[in-house]
Amino acid sequence: MTVRRRLLGALLGTILSTTAAAQTAAPTLSRPTTPESAPTADGFIQRWLILEPIGADGLTDSAVRAAVKKVYFPDQLTVVPHDGDTVTVGDAPLRWHAVDTKLYNVNLFHFARAQGKPTSNVLFWAVTVVHSPAEASGVRLAIGSNAASVWWVNGQEVIGIYGDRQTVIDDGVSKRLALKKGPNVVRAAIVNGGGATDFCARFLDAEDRPLTALTIRLR
Amino acid sequence: MKLAFLGLLLPAAALAQGLDGQIGIHDPSTVVQCNKRFYTYGTGGGSLISDDGWTWRRGAALPRRGLAPDVIHIGDRYYVYVAANIGAQPRAAVNMIWSRTLDPESPDYKWEEGGVVASSDGVEDSNAIDPGVFLDPSDGRLWLVYGSYFGYIRLVELDPKTGTRKDPGDTPRDLAINCEAATLIFHDGFYYLLATHGSCCRGADSGYNIRVGRSRKVTGPFLDHTGLDMIRGGGTLLVGSGGRVLGPGHFGLLDLGDGVQRFSLHYEADLDRGGASVLDIRPLLWRDGWPVAGDNLASGTYAIESVRTGTALELAVEGMPVGGRRVRPPGPPGPPGAGPPGSGGGFFAGTGSPIPPQDVTQVSAQWPAGNVDVRMANYLCQAQQKWTITPAPGAGGYPGSPYFQITIAGTGRTLAASEGAELVALPAFTGAPEQLWRIEQFPDGAWRIRPKAVPGSSEPLALSAVGASFATLAKLDPASDKQRWRIKAP
Repeated sequence: MTVRRRLLGALLGTILSTTAAAQTAAPTLSRPTTPESAPTADGFIQRWLILEPIGADGLTDSAVRAAVKKVYFPDQLTVVPHDGDTVTVGDAPLRWHAVDTKLYNVNLFHFARAQGKPTSNVLFWAVTVVHSPAEASGVRLAIGSNAASVWWVNGQEVIGIYGDRQTVIDDGVSKRLALKKGPNVVRAAIVNGGGATDFCARFLDAEDRPLTALTIRLR
Repeated sequence: MKLAFLGLLLPAAALAQGLDGQIGIHDPSTVVQCNKRFYTYGTGGGSLISDDGWTWRRGAALPRRGLAPDVIHIGDRYYVYVAANIGAQPRAAVNMIWSRTLDPESPDYKWEEGGVVASSDGVEDSNAIDPGVFLDPSDGRLWLVYGSYFGYIRLVELDPKTGTRKDPGDTPRDLAINCEAATLIFHDGFYYLLATHGSCCRGADSGYNIRVGRSRKVTGPFLDHTGLDMIRGGGTLLVGSGGRVLGPGHFGLLDLGDGVQRFSLHYEADLDRGGASVLDIRPLLWRDGWPVAGDNLASGTYAIESVRTGTALELAVEGMPVGGRRVRPPGPPGPPGAGPPGSGGGFFAGTGSPIPPQDVTQVSAQWPAGNVDVRMANYLCQAQQKWTITPAPGAGGYPGSPYFQITIAGTGRTLAASEGAELVALPAFTGAPEQLWRIEQFPDGAWRIRPKAVPGSSEPLALSAVGASFATLAKLDPASDKQRWRIKAP
């Protein structure tokens, strides 16, 4: 059964790679209604700015690295956009959307489908701003993604996981890093091949416990 | 939490090498530590000393010479129990001597006589030699077992404050027959009586083997895994002859409180050392409530897989599928061919011929020069996932094993601890302490992998699977499943 689902997924992926998904409301995502949010009890960050997907091909280390190295829009590794901002990639205007997920993970398949956008063979940019009440050292960013992804914290690349993979909590974990007191920008590029796509992210403290005393403000 | 037993993962043909240095001894006592040095005493009064538990040298003789001593550290005293026949066997006595240190260079090195703690009169069914001393961790009571073939293995109680017999008028209890070199240990609510069966002192013809029974009470009865009482000859085999070493005997528990257990023993004949009687230290494992003799890690090429995540340690380089990358054609798959592989059916029928192992020389040509990160991934038999583990020459060791170097098989790419307590693969092994690894087996059979040194850190750290795709070095924690690894044939 699993094999059959995979085959079907791959087949659908092939079809969807060239066509947009039928537009359907995202059941797990909503537009933020509060100025800030807190991580879940398990530390997962639920508020993100996500750019509508960009076409991308390949999940190997080198293909993903090439995809994230390519410049699609100005300041793509530094910008903290506003909800509703648009960028032009190729000839296509793409819009940043602020979202809150109801779950521990952010369902990018739901996100893209809600915009009537492709869900396969695409790259999603995601940004959030984590406010730390104090400087915290020995911290790690811990993520899971479907599929490959590359992550930056305050402009430093900290995680790269590649290949066709499913979202597993704490799959990719950064080396120890320090969070500044105040805002810390977390940025991700998630590359999907075919089928479902999502990600989750949280910070772990020096004892590998989830960091929950954070505030997410998107600025 | 009951952990699955993980011990039987090493290739059967792989043999660990024995200890290093001067390891000739017969009937060694339990190995004990004094001021971080390791000591053991054998028949005839000789001793062996080691600074690290791996390389041994001859030490000072005891003032009282005899048969098969045992030693225990309680408070500020080291008590040595040593037996001698006083006339024809089985007339014998166990004497106790004590000192505040085992270090002959210490000003406190002075042996005091403690007197006879057990004896046999030459008529009774006992031969009061081969003492084994046991401090019960559950209640602090001190016990001595002794005996050798003539009749019974017997138990008497000692005074933990003085090491002497608690009540000289107390009648010894009979625990076992047809064995010698007995000792007691306690584990998870059971007392275990370990004793050596078979014949000693016949070189490569010695049938010595260590057997065990267990009881809820220190006074027995000690039953083996079939329910047979050791006083009727029972005993579950812990370790017998194997490989190039014959006649294991004289079990002694070595527990340094670091989450792994070891035991000392001697082999009657080490074929690689001309059939000499030699000391060894091996991992002590536990399976279904019974002790199992583990093996120190042998040189070889392995996959290193996290018990927690099931993913394997690898160089962070782009993997190439074994046999090359094959792309399934678009469209629905056809059925596998009815004939031999490759005869039809498309992608799922394979190539039609055996796919050889990956050529590391070929694939590593694509790897970056210099330092490379280390990560974890699903094991796919790829070159960057196969680690050759070999003793590092002249680098010393720890109880039972030498320090190892860990390199990607067929290359010089060497696993090393890096600044910030992280990992890196260096282009070549240079022998620096951060490239040396201490690899020890947990009682459940999983392995712990520790760097000898970490730049910028003096804390004991261990390889830790902090994520499914990422490993780090973390504070030593024997309870953490992140620090448990399977070392498997690739």
